[in-house]
Amino acid sequence: MTGPHPASPADRPAWDLRACYRRGELSPSEVVDGVLRRIEAVEPQVRAYLYLDADAARREAAQWDRAAGAEDAPPLAGVPVALKDNLCTRGVPTTAGSRVLAGFRPPYDATVVTRLRRAGAIVLGKTNCDEFAMGSSTENSAFGPTRNPWDPDRVPGGSSGGSAAAVAAGEATLALGSDTGGSIREPGAFCGVVGLKPTYGRVSRYGLIAFASSLDQIGPFARDVRDAALLLREIAGRDPADATSAGVEVPDYPALLTGRVAGLRLGVVREFLQDGLDPGVAGAVGEAIRALERSGARRVDVSLPHAPYALPAYYIVAPAEASSNLARYAGVLYGHRTTRAADLIGMYARTRDEGFGAEVKRRIMLGTYALSAGYYDAFYLRAQRVRELIRREFAQALESVDVLVGPVAPTPAFPLGERVEDPLEMYLADVFTVPLNLAGLPGVSVPCGFAGDLPVGLQIAGRAFDEATVLNTAYALERALPAPGRRPRVVTAAERRSSPA
Amino acid sequence: MSGSAAAAALYETVIGLEVHVQLSTRSKMFCGCACAFGAPPNTLTCPVCLGLPGSLPVLNRAAVELGVRAALVLNCTIRPDSRFHRKNYYYPDIPKNYQISQYQYTGHPPLATDGVLALEAGGVTRRVGIRRVHLEEDTGKLVHAGGRSLVDYNRSGTPLMEIVSEPDLRSAEEARLFLTRLRAVLQYAGVTTGRMEEGTLRCDANVSLRDPGGPHGTRTEIKNMNSLRSVERALRFEEARQRDLLAGGAAVVQETRHWDEARGLTFSSREKEEAQDYRYFPEPDLLPVRVDAAWIERIRKDIPELPEARRRRYVETYGLPEHDAGLLTETRPMAEFFEATVQLGGHPRTVANWLVGDVAAYMNAAGVEIEQIAVRPAALAGLLALVDRGTISGRSAKEVLEEMLRTGRAADEIVRERGLVQISDTDELIRLVDAAIAENPGPVGDVKAGKDRAVTFLVGQVMKKSRGRANPEMVNRLLRDRIGAP
Repeated sequence: MTGPHPASPADRPAWDLRACYRRGELSPSEVVDGVLRRIEAVEPQVRAYLYLDADAARREAAQWDRAAGAEDAPPLAGVPVALKDNLCTRGVPTTAGSRVLAGFRPPYDATVVTRLRRAGAIVLGKTNCDEFAMGSSTENSAFGPTRNPWDPDRVPGGSSGGSAAAVAAGEATLALGSDTGGSIREPGAFCGVVGLKPTYGRVSRYGLIAFASSLDQIGPFARDVRDAALLLREIAGRDPADATSAGVEVPDYPALLTGRVAGLRLGVVREFLQDGLDPGVAGAVGEAIRALERSGARRVDVSLPHAPYALPAYYIVAPAEASSNLARYAGVLYGHRTTRAADLIGMYARTRDEGFGAEVKRRIMLGTYALSAGYYDAFYLRAQRVRELIRREFAQALESVDVLVGPVAPTPAFPLGERVEDPLEMYLADVFTVPLNLAGLPGVSVPCGFAGDLPVGLQIAGRAFDEATVLNTAYALERALPAPGRRPRVVTAAERRSSPA
Repeated sequence: MSGSAAAAALYETVIGLEVHVQLSTRSKMFCGCACAFGAPPNTLTCPVCLGLPGSLPVLNRAAVELGVRAALVLNCTIRPDSRFHRKNYYYPDIPKNYQISQYQYTGHPPLATDGVLALEAGGVTRRVGIRRVHLEEDTGKLVHAGGRSLVDYNRSGTPLMEIVSEPDLRSAEEARLFLTRLRAVLQYAGVTTGRMEEGTLRCDANVSLRDPGGPHGTRTEIKNMNSLRSVERALRFEEARQRDLLAGGAAVVQETRHWDEARGLTFSSREKEEAQDYRYFPEPDLLPVRVDAAWIERIRKDIPELPEARRRRYVETYGLPEHDAGLLTETRPMAEFFEATVQLGGHPRTVANWLVGDVAAYMNAAGVEIEQIAVRPAALAGLLALVDRGTISGRSAKEVLEEMLRTGRAADEIVRERGLVQISDTDELIRLVDAAIAENPGPVGDVKAGKDRAVTFLVGQVMKKSRGRANPEMVNRLLRDRIGAP
């Protein structure tokens, strides 16, 4: 729909908006209006948002109209952003895609939200996601699925499918998601946008509704690498409210994007190029690696023999933590409470039965089992040992290479409904992304081509707290690609009305 | 109880205590909310201690310091890297439906282990083992009213320390003594206020009987003991109950029993006996608690004087009898009261006499602690100054103190109002002495005959006439002068 010179402000990247504001060519109000018009046009099809406050966005934009062009304006002044609905927003509904939190309005902002507001960003609304971020397709949302802007019959990926789809379709300039096992990178790949999972501890989790505390990280979605770098810089850094956030200095990521990768040691992970990889994905990934080589990167083949054990270990650790994290949704203080209970136990049981969807229940049961007396050693403890092995293996591999690359997912976006009845098939979508969560390492999904008409993402992983190298490699790829700026063409509401097929 | 003396002699009592104390930190364990007793319900809360979605705990360093202090005064081994765990169970007073606690799990020991607390009784020293000291967050409080249950989360997340003794205690008296000593040591170290009536110190007990030196018997867990006295009473009752069961050939059932203070008995709480599975696992939101040697040394240097050292100081520098020094140092507030009064000019031995005498008697009778009485150190010092200056007699002082304790009024005010100012005016005293001599020719004759005891009788008569206000020393001297005693 758009080329390198976007017709609508809804398709411009944030760094470009800033330049336009400075030159007085656009105002935040015009940009927000453009984005709201886009939302109006495509949202009936895409359904990226669970909550949208257009009036509030317009009011905030108007407040920035004069100041956004100033020399000293904050970095995201007047930039419209969307937030995954598992990020707490003061006074604004926050459901994490679950019926159990229907009607919940947190009394506080997540740290990332506070930082975004301080950076001048305009919050448009809250995006759809799999319930409590458990899923790879956004079909586990209690409020219905989001559709892939590239093909309405396919999933946008998940769990941050709403955020990825919103950015892809121009329904937001930037968005935040969360990634526990691939929930930023996989939808990033499926929707053809840049999605980055930072190093564990890089971004504060305070105010992120927990799925699995030792794996969860918040990260950016953007239409190009520079924007992802910009957004990461604004949300990263130590937060006294999160004991697991690290006091590691935050570099000026956008300034470090040189696009030079000459001499960069590019680790190509053998286990990630396994049999069964979709040929279109394999083709695009192979081409991307060659493109980086042409830019001067040196290919090194790497083996991570324990990587295949990541998925089973993840499905012990993550549900175990989830079973405890989700215990609080029991109808006592907030959220849904059943109206049909005679006693306390009945209130707990019915509230949770009515409030949670099938996948969440499945994982709570898995996790409860894994932590139970007599099973703890065989499951939880063993999974933690596997996790430690994987952590060491990745750290070791990253001593001899600078980044690790491979596909984000084995396939491009799959059809809606295809895997909802088959959880194991669904879990396989995260087979390449989960290891980085277990190892705590940063990884980006960057668009690297197409399988048919569907976008494919290249995953680039790096050393702990070395997001700069990961982003710069992605930037080099972005510049080396033959057709930058290809965007999805979403059938609009108006078009649908005129073609009754 | 019908157990025979013969049967009683067969069994040895085995008691272990689990003590929870609230740490005296300004703010809660994992958030910045204030720790305070008696605030209006749900006014000391935030997203963290309410367990709101997305909130995260951040460890209060002061709580760890107090935990380390306690571990040091209990002679424990302090672990350099203990971890917090989640204890998972559902109850409305824990908003997250898990409690952040520590757990004795291989590789993840609690803050401190393997300590000892020495008890002295009857010239014998007993060393009671401390199995472990760990930190955890407190729960909220359920209030049942009018068929409804309400929850107050002010207490939710306040720092608690659990101290578990080895089953080294052999009687209810010893358990009480242990608890008294433990409380004193922790109070002195500034770890806790240790007030059972406010719940800043709580105690559960495991009780069993066994053949002396034999394997442990089946134990019961006793809860709901709300004072030192009730601990002793409850354990005495439970000991006798189990002895009767065993003597009658019946078995002790392993269960939790509640102490009923009013009825003076323990009763089964009918809780399910299968061990609950708390599914402990390491708390992923918190880093391991790193306590290095340098930190421990800094904490050690900050520990205030402990009761034992203070008791010795009282004996050595104030010349107090061992018994008085022991009583004065039993609780930190009592010792502080004593020292404050001395600081304000009270003679140490005199102050000690009044505190372990009249003041302690009043506290016992009224069932209050020293910090709850109406008299403050300045007021007691004021009273003693009146005695020192000869303004009132010691006998009047007892009467004045009684009123001070009852009403909180100042000594000089009571003295003035009751006209208790001591008569030291010689002329007035001579009139009283002469009258007594005239009325008691018999004793006067005895005095002349050299019987000293008769003087005491005559002094008493003069005191009576003066309604206790005469200066007894002057009366004594004047009597001898006027009678012309040898």
